Amino acid sequence: MTSHDIYLLSPEISVAALAVIVLLLDLVVVRKGYLAAIAIIGLAVPLGLSLSLWFSGLDGAASVDNDGILATTLAVDKFSLYFKFLLLAMTAIVLLVSSDYVRRFARFQGEYYALILFALSGMMLLSSTTELITLYIALELTALPIAALAAFLRDGRSSESGLKFLILSGVSSALLLYGMVLVYGFTGTTVLSEIATRIAEIPLSGEEPFGAYALALGSILIIVGFGFKITAFPFQMWAPDVYEGAPTPVTAFLSVASKAAGFSVVLRVFYEAFPLDALSIEWSALFAILAALSMSVGNLVAIPQTNIKRMLAYSTVAHAGYIMVGLAAAASRTASDQPAFGPSGVLFYLGGYALMNLAAFSAVIAISNRIESDRIQDFAGMGRRAPFPAAVLAFAMVSLTGVPPTVGFMAKIYIFGSAVNSDLAWLAVVGGINSVVSAYYYIRVIKVMYLSEPVSDEPVSSGLTVRLAMLATILGVLILGIYPRPLLEFARSAAEILF
Amino acid sequence: MFSGWLTAAVFLPMVGALLIATVVRGDRNVRYFAGAVSLAELALSIVIFIKFDLGNSAFQLVDKAENWIPFESFRVQYFLGVDGLSAPLVLLTGLLGMAAVFASWGIKHRVREYFVWLLLLQTAVMGVFVSLDFLLFFIFWELELLPMFFLISIWGSGRREYSAMKFLIFTFLGSAFMLVGILALFFSTGTFDMTELPDKIAAARVAGELIVPVGMIFTLLIIAFAVKLPVWPLHTWLPDAHTDAPTAVSVMLAGVLLKMGGYGMIRISAGMFPEVIVDAAFAIGLFGVINVLYGALVTLRQTDLKRLIAFSSISHMGFVLIGISSVAGVAGVVSPVGLSGAALQMFTHGTIAGLMFLVVGLMYEKAHTRYIPDLGGLATRMPVIAAVFLLTGLASLGLPGTSGFVSEILVFLGAFPVYSWLTGAAAFGIVITAGYILWMIQRTLFGPAKERFDSIRDATVLEMVPLLVLVVAIIAVGIYPAFISDAFTLGVDPIVQAIQAAQDQTLLVLR
Repeated sequence: MTSHDIYLLSPEISVAALAVIVLLLDLVVVRKGYLAAIAIIGLAVPLGLSLSLWFSGLDGAASVDNDGILATTLAVDKFSLYFKFLLLAMTAIVLLVSSDYVRRFARFQGEYYALILFALSGMMLLSSTTELITLYIALELTALPIAALAAFLRDGRSSESGLKFLILSGVSSALLLYGMVLVYGFTGTTVLSEIATRIAEIPLSGEEPFGAYALALGSILIIVGFGFKITAFPFQMWAPDVYEGAPTPVTAFLSVASKAAGFSVVLRVFYEAFPLDALSIEWSALFAILAALSMSVGNLVAIPQTNIKRMLAYSTVAHAGYIMVGLAAAASRTASDQPAFGPSGVLFYLGGYALMNLAAFSAVIAISNRIESDRIQDFAGMGRRAPFPAAVLAFAMVSLTGVPPTVGFMAKIYIFGSAVNSDLAWLAVVGGINSVVSAYYYIRVIKVMYLSEPVSDEPVSSGLTVRLAMLATILGVLILGIYPRPLLEFARSAAEILF
Repeated sequence: MFSGWLTAAVFLPMVGALLIATVVRGDRNVRYFAGAVSLAELALSIVIFIKFDLGNSAFQLVDKAENWIPFESFRVQYFLGVDGLSAPLVLLTGLLGMAAVFASWGIKHRVREYFVWLLLLQTAVMGVFVSLDFLLFFIFWELELLPMFFLISIWGSGRREYSAMKFLIFTFLGSAFMLVGILALFFSTGTFDMTELPDKIAAARVAGELIVPVGMIFTLLIIAFAVKLPVWPLHTWLPDAHTDAPTAVSVMLAGVLLKMGGYGMIRISAGMFPEVIVDAAFAIGLFGVINVLYGALVTLRQTDLKRLIAFSSISHMGFVLIGISSVAGVAGVVSPVGLSGAALQMFTHGTIAGLMFLVVGLMYEKAHTRYIPDLGGLATRMPVIAAVFLLTGLASLGLPGTSGFVSEILVFLGAFPVYSWLTGAAAFGIVITAGYILWMIQRTLFGPAKERFDSIRDATVLEMVPLLVLVVAIIAVGIYPAFISDAFTLGVDPIVQAIQAAQDQTLLVLR
């Protein structure tokens, strides 16, 4: 391992080191509030290192020169750096909203922050991997800390949540691993780009029927494995229970960061290992059907939910569906002479989704922390009792519905546009109808907060850090809703690597 | 190019709303401030209408900033402008926006929020009428959803939450289809620019570059407009929304929001798809007749004043459809009369229905009931309100000398040579209209004076201001229609010419 390799890995290394530092300081620091501050400020180091990587010789679609020992397993390119920035920002917000919440488990605050940082390092690594075994290791590095975090409240629901997550992520990892084995057995390599060349070399005709089926089965198992991570239908059934039981900041972390990391891998695997010409038509149809089902199931089941965390869990299933519209578009040829923008659509949507979902969760944390309830009906009258969190939650709901002037609207236009452009207009229609369905339950939250009579008139206060998180996310939602150009250009330059 | 007038007209109410939300304190101050904003907005819209040059068929007062959102080739512009079709509608929005704010003087509950939403609503509607970039148009189209939802569900009456949600779902469903249509158009032509789109769509059609069949795009778009207009059988949200909305919101809804649908049909369905609109003309006319007759017949049975006017709106909006259907032309000759009649019908119905809702709102405020059998003999108690109500009723049934007459006669003149049977059937709607209007007036205003209404008063001076402004508008257009219809004629002229050209082409092919 050369020093250059270490430089390439430095963001992940520094995050892991930060986690260790937090763990060690936990032994000596008495006021645990400092730990949160250290963790948040410490994130500046990986951020700075990622920035320096972004500017070091990355012109156009090229990745940082990498011929060291990690050459085939890791790619530090704009694509992975986009996700690193995104993940770092999400984690910072999650840490901000945690600092109020962690009082519930006063004794284990250090471990809590450290586990989040470990999971973050795994996710960051995940976005860089270009080889199946590294990918698997990174995946496990993210899953294990999250399972521990989900069980952190140590009551019945939380333990159930942790256990469920552990078992189901184990099952999905097993499926994933089995798929990888089949792909490896067929192509003889675990490096994504080499898989693509081998597939191109071997005839997929009737002469080797077993091989073709094995490859198809292998890649489908890989999809299934990732399907669990990104909570796509029909692998979403763990999400509601896990989301409901886990500490709310962990739920927020899970719903945005885990999903972003999952999609980064899906994009990379399907672009690099199974390129367009090899198996394109099936991919597009498969993703399109999964997308349509995810949206419809997620939205329809979200309607009767009475717990806001469960409702948001189903809404993430629906949003996974919207994002998969972009995948389906990316996997098919374009119908017009416009370039495909499925991949950049996915990246942009993930960025926007992170903002609006974190805004929603921050507001939910701010309110439910004080009233000690996650039931939607208990949010009655919050428009008067907690004006700022209620306004943030309302805007987040509007954005999740996809109504201007919010980033959710821009993201939806972009992703549905990519579908129409790829001859998938029917999918855009399904998506449009789904946003109407989703309006019903998102708007209901606003209705409860502003129209129902409150149970008491006592104002609900919120801590400084939570307010900061709400302000940051909601400003992002609104500013990018009116002027989305910065994030768009960022996503576009990151997606270029995939062409 | 940036003249700034339209930007000011669109965003003045929004700035006013933001100031009310943040700076202005006290219910009284909020009311006066909102009143001032709405008067300034009215002044602005009058200035725009006057500055509009009737000798120039191009888009005027253009505000344009290219590359507002550059998604790769996805170039979205900030592009506003008015032509003959939109300039009168800008004036209408200014008029009714002012009327709506003044009709809200009696709001006592959550005053600040109320005016914030009302002014935001005005920004959205104004934006729809002046946007010339299709995506910007869509953004304003969607922006109107939430203010309406809150205005109905917080300040409404009856089953307000149900009605508000119904309104939201119907409109949102329509716009979901519209979005797909807009995107399909974009990927076929590479532009959102509404001034370039007609030519580019024609070119893409010839070159076979449309990625979705043109009939499909047309259908996706017209569904959204049909929900808004509303066209039977997509109309069911309207009576509910009207009945449960507060007065000012009914004024805005009947006066300008429905016109968004008609405007979309003329500007987009007819203006961008000249071939398809001719094929669809008969269906549009048929739906128009159903609207007219169904709306009128159902109106006869209504006992709630607001519901009655809501159904009569459905009936009157049918004439817009019949006017549009006239573009099919006779023997390959298309006349602009029907289409400008349809546009004028939008303007006149906006003023008439807006005024009717204002009057009914006042009556309800004073008599505390909208149930017709409970009313009666109000003419002696509130002579001014009664006179205005009578006048709007007569305008609504198309009495010569009022604006209602002019627009309906234009629609009939345009459509009769094309679809004489349909138009004849629709004319029967006028008879029913006369029936329900006169019957309604007789039951509410005349008859023996009831004791329980002895103590009610006539309109105050403040309440009379919006009434008089709209009365003037109705009579002015009735006596001198050219004042508005010249603009509309100018606006529909390019559309009619394009349709004529398309007709000539087909005839040429047939020969």
